Amino acid sequence: MKQHQKGLALWLLAILLLLAGALLTGSPGRSESVQEAMRDAVLHDVNQVGLFGLMEVNPGMISAFVVTAVLLIAAVCIRCFVIPRFHYNPGKLQLLLEEWVGLFDRMARGDSPHRCKFLGAYIFAAGAYIFVGTLFELLGIQAITVHGHSVTLPAPLSDVNAAIAMGTLSYLVILSGGIAGNGVKGVGKTLKEFSLPISMSFRLFGALLSGLLVTELVYYYISLSFVLPVLVGVLFTLLHALVQTYVLTMLVSMYYGEVSEPGEPKLKKSHRADII
Amino acid sequence: MPLNIDFQQILLHWMNLAILTGALYFLLYKPVKQFMSKREEYYRQLDDQAAQKLAEAERVHAEYQAKMDQADEEIHQARVKAQQSIQQSTEDQLAQAREQARQIVAHAQTEAENSRERVLRESQRELRKLAAQATKKLAFQADPFDQFLDLAEEEEEHEE
Repeated sequence: MKQHQKGLALWLLAILLLLAGALLTGSPGRSESVQEAMRDAVLHDVNQVGLFGLMEVNPGMISAFVVTAVLLIAAVCIRCFVIPRFHYNPGKLQLLLEEWVGLFDRMARGDSPHRCKFLGAYIFAAGAYIFVGTLFELLGIQAITVHGHSVTLPAPLSDVNAAIAMGTLSYLVILSGGIAGNGVKGVGKTLKEFSLPISMSFRLFGALLSGLLVTELVYYYISLSFVLPVLVGVLFTLLHALVQTYVLTMLVSMYYGEVSEPGEPKLKKSHRADII
Repeated sequence: MPLNIDFQQILLHWMNLAILTGALYFLLYKPVKQFMSKREEYYRQLDDQAAQKLAEAERVHAEYQAKMDQADEEIHQARVKAQQSIQQSTEDQLAQAREQARQIVAHAQTEAENSRERVLRESQRELRKLAAQATKKLAFQADPFDQFLDLAEEEEEHEE
């Protein structure tokens, strides 16, 4: 019991020391105003990061590659060490993986029963990318810009290029479903929803960006950097990671199912007359 | 471009997403789905086997039920036959007993008739014999009237 109390006292002392240190050290001075910070968070036109020295890209691009690398490494580890040990009576991790795959598989089967194999694989990957990518901003990984400043890597989809890529790729997937299911008629059905890529892209961008802007605002002022980030940083991020994952995958599977659904065969004139 | 839209970066994001989709499909989605399908198939087979066994058990049950019903019917028929047989046997025995009783009674009547006739004959013969003896005595003795008077006188003397 005494040891427990001693540990608690040490922990509180460490927190107080760190708080005092943070307050006494002071800010090194702002390199940019809040307007500039917000503008850069939206446009990423100032703080560009070098991609292997080949070109300058938005920090969101680096985030996208990091998220993909993390997902692929995790997938390789799971494939090598977890899946071979699967049992008919599943454990917790197996149950989680099966539920993760089963969730998107059921969604694809439910919304597009005629053609769901490719759709399932796509929404599985897109869902994993959006969810992990949105949570990625919680890690606060730093990158060095081409100007030598340090920036925190944002969620990949808070970059407009990533959101457009995701929206248009999803639209192309829907278009491919239309072509595979109905040929030229499917193309017509898909093109009818011409606003879809724009709405999907900017919905994702807007949702992710709003989170980023709120976080930027909160972190800009040192006085707001205590306790509050627990709410705005963690809970909001978790919530909109789930919501955005669900919205995009559900929209893609619904539209995919709609355009790939085989139409009813046309009746001949005589048959039509008989029916009438 | 407005909003810092960059087609090169969009293409890079597409490439990134294509790699991610393909790799996640082969590394996670497909193997997990295959395993789930395998397990589903395994439990479906178990279910089918259980259903087959149940159907077989129901068939055997029905078969044995039919046999039981048949056995019950046979038992019932045998019981009816046995009852009929017992009834017949009882009636036969009863008829036989009646016949025996009738014969016994007839025999007894015959016997009794014979005995009666024999007794009669013997009595008659006895009577005849006695009559003959009496006649013989009477014939060789004194006058019976005198004997009677003597006897009567002897009795009066005694009374006095």
